[in-house]
Amino acid sequence: MRAFLAILRRDMAVALAQGAATLLSVAFFVVTITLFPLGVGPDPATLARISSGVLWVAALLSVLLSLDRLFQADHEDGSLEQIGLGPLPLELVVLAKVLAHWLSTGLPLILAAPVLALLLNMPVSGLPVLLLAMALGTPILSLIGAIGAALTLGVRRGGVLLSLIVLPLYIPVLIFGVAAVDASISGLGARPHLLILAAMLAPSLVLAPLAAGASIRLALE
Amino acid sequence: MSGLPWAALAATSSAMHRFANPTVALRLADRLMPWSASLCAGLFVVGLYYALVASPIDYQQRDTVRIMYVHVPAAWMALGVYAMMATASAVGLVWKHPLADLSAKAAAPIGAGFTLICLVTGALWGQPTWGTWWVWDARLTSVLILFFLYLGYMALWQAYDDPGRAARAAAILALVGVVNLPVIKFSVDWWNTLHQPASVFTLQGPKIDPSMLKPLMLMAGAYLAFFVTVLIYRLKAEILARRASVLRRARAEP
Repeated sequence: MRAFLAILRRDMAVALAQGAATLLSVAFFVVTITLFPLGVGPDPATLARISSGVLWVAALLSVLLSLDRLFQADHEDGSLEQIGLGPLPLELVVLAKVLAHWLSTGLPLILAAPVLALLLNMPVSGLPVLLLAMALGTPILSLIGAIGAALTLGVRRGGVLLSLIVLPLYIPVLIFGVAAVDASISGLGARPHLLILAAMLAPSLVLAPLAAGASIRLALE
Repeated sequence: MSGLPWAALAATSSAMHRFANPTVALRLADRLMPWSASLCAGLFVVGLYYALVASPIDYQQRDTVRIMYVHVPAAWMALGVYAMMATASAVGLVWKHPLADLSAKAAAPIGAGFTLICLVTGALWGQPTWGTWWVWDARLTSVLILFFLYLGYMALWQAYDDPGRAARAAAILALVGVVNLPVIKFSVDWWNTLHQPASVFTLQGPKIDPSMLKPLMLMAGAYLAFFVTVLIYRLKAEILARRASVLRRARAEP
């Protein structure tokens, strides 16, 4: 547990030290979303209808862009190898790093989302469910992303490959994340969609560290 | 603790290990190839005759229903090939046997091909019957994800220089993708969608008339034989390519 917390603290310290990198993914989130009113047109009714989808797609892409920070730097300077020699199983190392990644990427996105939702004219009644759905969904994005990031460690042109591997697996989160928000806006219950998101989070909490740990072990050989 | 299943498992696995020797596998492949190829050709001739000529037209869809004989077996194969690929990947990860990895690698493009056939014929069938080429319903979307998974799997193989590492990375990805298989299978039951629910493999038996079931099964057999034939061919090519690269490396490093 102490080793787990040590890795979490270290990764958070690194993320805070490179404050700009963390802010960049939020900045990307904001810029992508402002592109939509410019592209689709400023009609409030249209924007309100597509707001949930736009927010989720932008969140997906922001998380995707931040995934290379997860293991790449530690792999290049050899600290991943050192951590691998330590007492903590690699699966738990992955979990600690994913938690740090979510705190430094997913959480800022969630905090920024309500403001952007209002910019897109989303009805205020949808905001609580949007926050809840993102709170359940963004950890899944970080967990699945960890598998992709670990598989493409030390691969030529890993970034393109990473998106090809990870984005298809992100689609279910996108579908149910958007469905939850839309259901609550139109007055239907969002509960079933939120439950499905939770049901996706639970197994990925267990299985993603296993897969990512195995891939890191492979990269360390 | 019952000893019997384990003994059976051990016996099968020792039998499989004999065939895991590449030389034995190559010899077996050469012996099987003519049989599976002629079986495939024969089934296609008979199956296509029944599918296109000797089966009745649908009372609503008229001749359009014949797309089913191309579409449905392709969908079955798309799922089946992925399941086979994932099984081979698991075997390769556990027993570290290159032949299992190579068969998964050889199967992937064939599976991607079946998935593409399934998607394209589905669109061609959807246009006259549903009035649209494509809807974002659960079944169609999950099959599209399957297609992307095949592509990602193949791209991951290409990305590594060392075949051993490529095999293991790709195997992990294949196993992660298995979560999609039950979603595809049950998507038509879980969501109330445009795509119809299962009508052949149901607990009450096939819900489709025997005159249409026969060509469907013949075509499914033909697709399976086609898969086996091409898989053997590709596996042979992979083994020989691996040998050639080992020889080339041996010559480069005196």
